[in-house]
Amino acid sequence: MAKILKRERLVPNIHLIEVEAPEIVRKCRPGQFVIVMPDDKGERIPLTIADWDIQKGSITSIFLVVGTSTHKLANLHAGDEVPVFVGPLGKPSEIEKFGTVLCAGGCFGIAAIYPIARALKEKGNKVITLLDVKANYLLYWEDKLRAVSDHFSISSRDNYYDCKEYIPYSLKNILKKEKNIDRVVSIGCTYLMYTCAEATRLHEIKTMVSLNPIMVDGTGMCGACRVTVGGKTKFACVDGPDFDGHLVDWDELFMRRKSYFDDEIQSMCYWERKNFP
Amino acid sequence: MAENKKEMPPELKERLRAGFNLDWRKELRKSLPVKERMKIKRQKMPERSPEVRNQDFFEVNKGLEARAAVEEAKRCLDCANPQCVMGCPVGIDIPTFVKMVEIGDFEKSIRKIKETNALPAICGRVCPQETQCEVVCNLKKATGTPVAIGNLERFVADYERDKGEMFIPSLPSSTGKKVAIIGSGPAGLTVAGDLALKGHQCTIYEALHVPGGVLWYGIPEFRLPKNILEAEVDYLGKLGVELKTNFVVGLTATLDDLREEGYDAFFVGTGAGLPNFMRIPGENLIGVYSANEYLTRVNLMRAFAFPEYDTPVYLGKKAVVLGGGNVAMDSVRTAKRLGAVESTIVYRRSRVEMPARIEEVHHAEEEGIVFHFLTTPIRFIGDDKGCVKAMECIQMELGEPDASGRRRPIPIEGSEFIMETDLVVVAIGNSPNPLIPQTTPQLKVGKWGNIEVNWDTMETSMKGVYAGGDIIRGGATVILAMGDARIAANEIDKYLQNHKK
Ligand SMILES: Cc1cc2nc3c(=O)[nH]c(=O)nc-3n(C[C@H](O)[C@H](O)[C@H](O)COP(=O)(O)OP(=O)(O)OC[C@H]3O[C@@H](n4cnc5c(N)ncnc54)[C@H](O)[C@@H]3O)c2cc1C
Ligand SMILES: Cc1cc2nc3c(=O)[nH]c(=O)nc-3n(C[C@H](O)[C@H](O)[C@H](O)COP(=O)(O)OP(=O)(O)OC[C@H]3O[C@@H](n4cnc5c(N)ncnc54)[C@H](O)[C@@H]3O)c2cc1C
Ligand code: SF4
Ligand code: FES
Repeated sequence: MAKILKRERLVPNIHLIEVEAPEIVRKCRPGQFVIVMPDDKGERIPLTIADWDIQKGSITSIFLVVGTSTHKLANLHAGDEVPVFVGPLGKPSEIEKFGTVLCAGGCFGIAAIYPIARALKEKGNKVITLLDVKANYLLYWEDKLRAVSDHFSISSRDNYYDCKEYIPYSLKNILKKEKNIDRVVSIGCTYLMYTCAEATRLHEIKTMVSLNPIMVDGTGMCGACRVTVGGKTKFACVDGPDFDGHLVDWDELFMRRKSYFDDEIQSMCYWERKNFP
Repeated sequence: MAENKKEMPPELKERLRAGFNLDWRKELRKSLPVKERMKIKRQKMPERSPEVRNQDFFEVNKGLEARAAVEEAKRCLDCANPQCVMGCPVGIDIPTFVKMVEIGDFEKSIRKIKETNALPAICGRVCPQETQCEVVCNLKKATGTPVAIGNLERFVADYERDKGEMFIPSLPSSTGKKVAIIGSGPAGLTVAGDLALKGHQCTIYEALHVPGGVLWYGIPEFRLPKNILEAEVDYLGKLGVELKTNFVVGLTATLDDLREEGYDAFFVGTGAGLPNFMRIPGENLIGVYSANEYLTRVNLMRAFAFPEYDTPVYLGKKAVVLGGGNVAMDSVRTAKRLGAVESTIVYRRSRVEMPARIEEVHHAEEEGIVFHFLTTPIRFIGDDKGCVKAMECIQMELGEPDASGRRRPIPIEGSEFIMETDLVVVAIGNSPNPLIPQTTPQLKVGKWGNIEVNWDTMETSMKGVYAGGDIIRGGATVILAMGDARIAANEIDKYLQNHKK
């Protein structure tokens, strides 16, 4: 059992959860994730480690509320316990002195990319951060990300920020101006990562994405998370989750993520009926 | 990877002799002549009827009644040279426990078994007795049907559990030594039990949220009810064994980190958790599972009770399972129970080469499972949503025997055909779990990723680190895992006695 220290809504539909996990804190590195099971009858779902506090021995993750598991998590309170909070899983992101790195994040990926940007900055890279939000009221962690970025911009589909378009277009514009970008890191929903990887393909800039296939154990035992990268089957939970976005078979990933579409709706309705009759 | 066949060790011979020469045993042998014993028919294991049981997940076998157990025990000839014991990987004193059943002393009988086997209720259910103790039973040579050793083992274990009083041996005072056991499958559980009885402080680390390894996530409820496993794990708790679930050694902490925490010795029993795939086109279509994923969803995550439990699983109407081992049988029978109208085994060799237990094959047939032999898929075909809808197969014929001694299947050119299916489970074997070797570079591994050990001591290339079970053998059996564990526990105990911090 792991204790919830804090659960709060950051912006509509996106929540923060801080969990007591002293063992995970000692080991975790940017890009790794945990598997959480919200209650005894729940599903095991992966969440990226967005931050950690060595003193408190706590791990923070940010999640978008989509289906049953994330609804359940959004209904937890400080002091509650979850039966499974295991990690740190997956390979850490590559953090080296690359030169200039552009970090492109959206949705929960704004948080997921934060520790990577921070570590890249600490390594002496020039960090350009580009975030995507649908509207200004969906932006969170702006200060944290500004603090670790040399350049910071936001792409949105309202009139609040400079780039008024979907993130790959902003990314392309930046690539036109900045000729010396050595690497792009992109985290968010699958579509965001896919479009970012496509935007950099012609420029031949290595683009790392953090893949999010359906997982079960997260330790390489089941193969639920298999993805095709460079023509080879990989298990995202142990071989990834970071892969070269130009080598990923995106069609397959989109397809496999929809494996349980009908079941998920049924599960959600069942949960709602039970809790909010 | 197989270990060498050994002569009956003198220690074992002596142990058996002692029982054989007891007065009550002599009396008992005299009370019924061998000829009479040989006339008794093997007692049938009562089973639930196939049409009922293939709709639910309750246990298939109901267990022997006490009267039948005693009757069965009478069949045992109490041989002077009991071959059965040689067939048992942990050397259970079979004639003694069986004769204790004959005289109705079930309590002593179970204690006798527990001297050498910590998990009898489990072994009585899942061990392949027909290829171990029962195949060499002298009664089999004489009459063709061996003593039902496995059924008797199960009977006395269940007797004890049903009575609700598990015998807790008295524990010696603590030695102050700490042992970390990685993996809570049968190997890990056995080591923990043995070392706790020697006064060492044991902690089991398990990556998943429940202990038991394959016994929990792999073998289904209808063959091994989970309350039996829970009782065994509870028993370890009573012996003072500590259990840490949700802890992935290698990631949450490495072996070296644990050593720094003050562990004196280690046992690695992380199993063969890495599923093998066919590596043919279309394998990543929706509805194509590894057996590990399929069984884990159903057994560990309780997908059979979806949506009460949140984890879903594909419910095929025309399920196909690839493979011929126990894992394949468990998968195909699970698919049937989850509502498949047709649930089929597709196996590339023929019936006789199937590695599954005969009982499982027999039960599967009774439950209406269809078998397609000498067939293998060459690609999977999907619909426009990416779901599997068929597979192209090719027929095989058997050629010369290969390294495993089984005849090698060879594709027959031009024999391709299409088989419709909406659920495929790939059950063609597992490889050793790579996590510990990957994060412990000092640990020597063999060609298949198996951890290398000295087969006499189970010690790995690292001092004080022992290993056993599927991680050193690749997919094997529960009892072999326990046999390794027993040797390792003895050696760890010796090591700890000489080991200064
Ligand atoms: C390595 C990794 C890191 C992730 N990090 C984050 C994160 O930091 N924040 C965040 O909000 N989301 C993250 N995700 C995605 C998150 O796991 C899913 O959104 C979550 O599982 C949805 O569960 P649900 O029951 O609420 O929704 P459901 O209604 O069950 O599913 C919604 C969608 O989520 C995906 N999904 C469902 N079950 C799983 C599962 N067991 N594993 C993975 N995906 C699943 C499916 O594509 C599905 O269509 C991550 C995924 C991966 C693989
Ligand atoms: C479906 C199925 C049916 C079977 N049927 C039979 C049968 O009828 N009879 C029979 O004798 N055998 C059967 N077997 C084989 C038998 O179950 C195995 O040989 C046996 O369980 C091996 O035991 P083990 O302790 O070595 O490993 P496992 O049972 O595999 O246990 C290993 C444990 O270690 C954990 N682990 C792995 N890595 C780590 C890590 N890094 N940190 C912490 N924990 C970790 C795993 O989560 C797992 O719980 C079957 C196997 C399967 C899959
Ligand atoms: S070999 Fe068969 S008959 Fe002889 S002691 Fe063993 S079980 Fe009894
Ligand atoms: S989630 Fe099971 S192997 Fe990756």
